[in-house]
Amino acid sequence: MDKFTTLTGIAAPMPLVNIDTDMIIPKQFLKTIKRSGLGVNLFDEMRYNQDGTEKPDFILNQPAYRSAEIIVAGDNFGCGSSREHAPWALLDFGIRCVISTSFADIFFSNCFKNGILPVVLPQEAVDALMEDAKKGANARITVDLASQTVTGTDGTTYGFEVDAFKKHCLLNGLDDIGLTLEKVTAIDRFEGQAAQSRPWV
Amino acid sequence: MTTPTQAAPKTIYDKIWDAHVVDTSEDGTCLLYIDRHLVHEVTSPQAFEGLRMTGRTVRAPQKTIAVPDHNVPTTEGRDIRIDNEESRIQVDALDKNARDFKINYYPVSDIRQGIVHIVGPEQGWTLPGMTVVCGDSHTATHGAFGALAHGIGTSEVEHVLATQTLIQKKSKNMKVEITGRLRPGVTAKDITLSVIGETGTAGGTGYVIEYCGEAIRELSMEGRMTVCNMAIEGGARAGLIAPDETTFAYVMGRPHAPKGAQWEAALAWWKTLFTDEGAHFDKVVTLRGEDIAPVVTWGTSPEDVLPITANVPALTDFTGGKVEAVQRALDYMGLTPGQKLTDIQIDTVFIGSCTNGRIEDLRAAAAILKGKKIAVKRAMVVPGSGLVRAQAEEEGLAKIFLDAGFEWRLAGCSMCLAMNPDQLAPGERCAATSNRNFEGRQGRGGRTHLMSPAMAAAAAITGHLTDVREMMAEPAEAI
Repeated sequence: MDKFTTLTGIAAPMPLVNIDTDMIIPKQFLKTIKRSGLGVNLFDEMRYNQDGTEKPDFILNQPAYRSAEIIVAGDNFGCGSSREHAPWALLDFGIRCVISTSFADIFFSNCFKNGILPVVLPQEAVDALMEDAKKGANARITVDLASQTVTGTDGTTYGFEVDAFKKHCLLNGLDDIGLTLEKVTAIDRFEGQAAQSRPWV
Repeated sequence: MTTPTQAAPKTIYDKIWDAHVVDTSEDGTCLLYIDRHLVHEVTSPQAFEGLRMTGRTVRAPQKTIAVPDHNVPTTEGRDIRIDNEESRIQVDALDKNARDFKINYYPVSDIRQGIVHIVGPEQGWTLPGMTVVCGDSHTATHGAFGALAHGIGTSEVEHVLATQTLIQKKSKNMKVEITGRLRPGVTAKDITLSVIGETGTAGGTGYVIEYCGEAIRELSMEGRMTVCNMAIEGGARAGLIAPDETTFAYVMGRPHAPKGAQWEAALAWWKTLFTDEGAHFDKVVTLRGEDIAPVVTWGTSPEDVLPITANVPALTDFTGGKVEAVQRALDYMGLTPGQKLTDIQIDTVFIGSCTNGRIEDLRAAAAILKGKKIAVKRAMVVPGSGLVRAQAEEEGLAKIFLDAGFEWRLAGCSMCLAMNPDQLAPGERCAATSNRNFEGRQGRGGRTHLMSPAMAAAAAITGHLTDVREMMAEPAEAI
């Protein structure tokens, strides 16, 4: 996993609420057995016509936002299916940070496993950043994980909360499985006890 | 407040959580032991690939159960060949991974194959008090047994395969109580949709829900699974129901349920799995069972729920960011504000899915369809497992569906998410017993209305959204 430390980039405004993972990556692209190559199909049905041509109105098709690295989104981003293909597609497109008032639980967790930072901010802050994002390619937003701040185009800084363990893993690009396997003795001990107390499991 | 000598009252979620903590870090992050790991073909290939690349193995293959369900066609001949190449590669990959890592496996040729969330309970893999995970959001289904069950992403699938644990922070406790009794024609699906209509799709975010109350207690296991299945649509990490005699009766004798002395030991522990008097809930939602009507969704979010007697809402009924979403939903669904829901014409009916693909669901639909013919372009029943299918055939339900003009398919996820050939065409409007009405969910441009199996059967007969109570032997009073 790539580290996430600080990012200054173009932010695409997507004010729609309840953007679900079927929208982020429709099911026909879930047939892959790889993690890579999904960026071209990110937001596929919103982004392309049936004949495969681009819908010019869609935000990520507009010249100013084609190289966006941040999305400022409406409430409850990433709801629906648990498909990790959603963060894989975002990452493959180049998105490293999503800012919203709320995220669906599984999507939120999946982001951290893939070097994407989901930032939760209050409505007023998201509204202000949404306006910043609408200014286009010359308006960069800065996200700094170490200091837990987002800085808008006018220099206004918004602090955000992040779980200490998740922050540590993201800042250092750490592999969860490796960390857990360091606790294998504790797992062995638990399994031994459970075999006695709940032998039917 | 409790005295220091007395243990603080716990919710059932607290109890199951505490029984599975392997390790707690200073910041409260826990390593949670996982009792059952269910696996399907779509969200697992990259996880197994990860194991191979790092030279890791599956820690507890005997606690890992795999079944292909998302991609598989529901027509005959699929055990010989799956035509779609990508689907075939995924199913073949699961087949190989199951063999290489020696995990429990139900291939398409096995009568026990079906939707992972139907197979788990049916085979007795899912038991009260367990932690159950799967790379699928509808893992919440297993909460019906008083298990802590939730969906995970593929990285976490790999983590569970390698370590049999998950890194977790505890969620908050939420209580959803359904008091009193349901009226005739109202089902578990109407409960779960009504709750989402009340709380919204983010209302449960950060919580584990315990469903309780007389109306929940009165439900069969099938109904409880329907309720818990859609906890995720309400945003919750998991939904669960305390186990009781209904649960124990369902579990007893299942192939992987404990037997003999182990059964007695298990039962003794399961009977302690209830929320203690005075336990703290961070959020409480109460609905009166008598107030719940048969409902349908009109929009493209599961929270877009209304009683069948209502009209399509207007933009002025909403505020904030939802206004744009509603405008988009009305355009996508091709609906006009003020239009009666019962005037919405239906092209297709889909009965199945992990929400409503169990035997009781098929019985409910068949009871409405008996001796009738469909008035829609197409209608299909996709049983949740090969065993549900066989039982429905034995009970004569299959004949009722076929006589009415339904297609009688093989088990799988099918048109719930339309990864296999069962898809809607653009603009095609479907009455579906599944769980998501998102844009494009059942096929690009397809329009989905969610409802109970009985309501879907009623729509199949009339060709439009219909109040099932009008078709019941003794018409119930409208509410």
